[in-house]
Amino acid sequence: MKANFEHLQSAHCENGVTTNLLRNVGVSKITEPLAFGIGSGLFFIYIPFLKVNNGPAIAFRTQPGLIFKRTCKALGIPVVRRKFSSKEEAQRVLDECLQSGRPVGCQVGVYYLTYFPKEYRFHFNAHNLIIYGKEDDNYLISDPVMETATTLSSYELERVRFAKGVLAPKGQLYYPKENHPVTDDQIKHAIKNGIKRNIRDMLHIPGPIAGVSGIRFTGKRIKNWRNKLGLHEAGLYLAQLVRMQEEIGTGGGGFRYIYGAFLQEAYAYHKDEKLLEIAQSFTKSGDMWRNAAVQSAGIYKGRLSTQEDFNLLGDTLIEIAEVEKQAFQALSKIKWHN
Amino acid sequence: MKKEDIPQDDGALNKLTKEVCYVVDGSGKYVTGLSSGWEVKKEALDVAWEDIANRINAAKQKVLNQEASPVLFFMEYRLMDMATVAAYTGFWQWQVKRHMKPAAFQKLSESKLKRYAEAFNTTVEDLKTMTTHEG
Repeated sequence: MKANFEHLQSAHCENGVTTNLLRNVGVSKITEPLAFGIGSGLFFIYIPFLKVNNGPAIAFRTQPGLIFKRTCKALGIPVVRRKFSSKEEAQRVLDECLQSGRPVGCQVGVYYLTYFPKEYRFHFNAHNLIIYGKEDDNYLISDPVMETATTLSSYELERVRFAKGVLAPKGQLYYPKENHPVTDDQIKHAIKNGIKRNIRDMLHIPGPIAGVSGIRFTGKRIKNWRNKLGLHEAGLYLAQLVRMQEEIGTGGGGFRYIYGAFLQEAYAYHKDEKLLEIAQSFTKSGDMWRNAAVQSAGIYKGRLSTQEDFNLLGDTLIEIAEVEKQAFQALSKIKWHN
Repeated sequence: MKKEDIPQDDGALNKLTKEVCYVVDGSGKYVTGLSSGWEVKKEALDVAWEDIANRINAAKQKVLNQEASPVLFFMEYRLMDMATVAAYTGFWQWQVKRHMKPAAFQKLSESKLKRYAEAFNTTVEDLKTMTTHEG
């Protein structure tokens, strides 16, 4: 059994799953940047008292699952999302969906994802992919970060669906419930609301660790890492920062570019020149994040090692915070007509 | 980032796939392009794996010195932390911590050893002898 499904590659897994599942129910105008922007995907948080893989807990994106949920909701598309305690039940429901020709989104852990190269397989449980068919014992998998579709045996799929630990997927699957026409007006409205929510998340969350304040906070912290952690450990922390920022499925600098692309696409619906100007600020911010990654690499590869290098890197993040703050402030001044 | 600046370095991922990037073209319009990898990212991943190798070796040494049980070794070998081991085995974290002591590990029942073996995707025999079969 095999649903009529076309695999399309994307920069980020949840955007890709959202876009591809919507396309499958006839909503073809939602591109990856639109899904990301309507779902208010851009974010930053640094949780200083928490450790992930023995390094700092930093995220450049909103909580897993929210992009799909918000985008569908904003477009008035009802969603089915199920978690399972029983593996048998999880497989039965999945098979039923496939039997009726419905591709489904699925949250999985990466550690046992056999088609990933070993170097990428950490205990990260919020990866998303689409299952669109089954042939003998093999499930047909559309992983949006891959160029082509792939397969997993039923045992392999069960293992990644029931990965354990932080953000355990619990067999979670989700899909848009029915074909649903989406009008340009709905998209227009969804864009506006997505931007407003993103302004709130980046500018107005109280406390120092989230949004643009979180970026500034991280910049200040980095300046202390050399003294506090020692050069070796500080290097490990920075490597983790860069991996959270640039790695497949998380892409932080990349997220800034996707947001820039989103604002350009938003212009097609809202015709306000300011959107195009502000898009450039996000391009700038994305470039600065990449620059910060280059500086970090200098430290963790031992080419740079003085306190001055840490200060410069910290300052880069503080500058990024300022660029993104101004960009979101400019967005908050846009007058929406509809 | 401009389209012509997309890095095309070697990376672990390029054995498998290229990655989609959003970049601007000559007129400032966003388009997508493919990247085979970026040196800076590859180095970050290398650093992470060097650290993992160090941790595994340190854990192995501790087990050989009778300062820890193979549970510690396999936790590092499987890139887990205490919370992940607890989640996979169904033990509490304080129990896992206790089972990392050689004396407590010696006394574990076969069924408990089996829970660890399953969590670490290995056999009870290999668990006890710290034997691994993958590269």
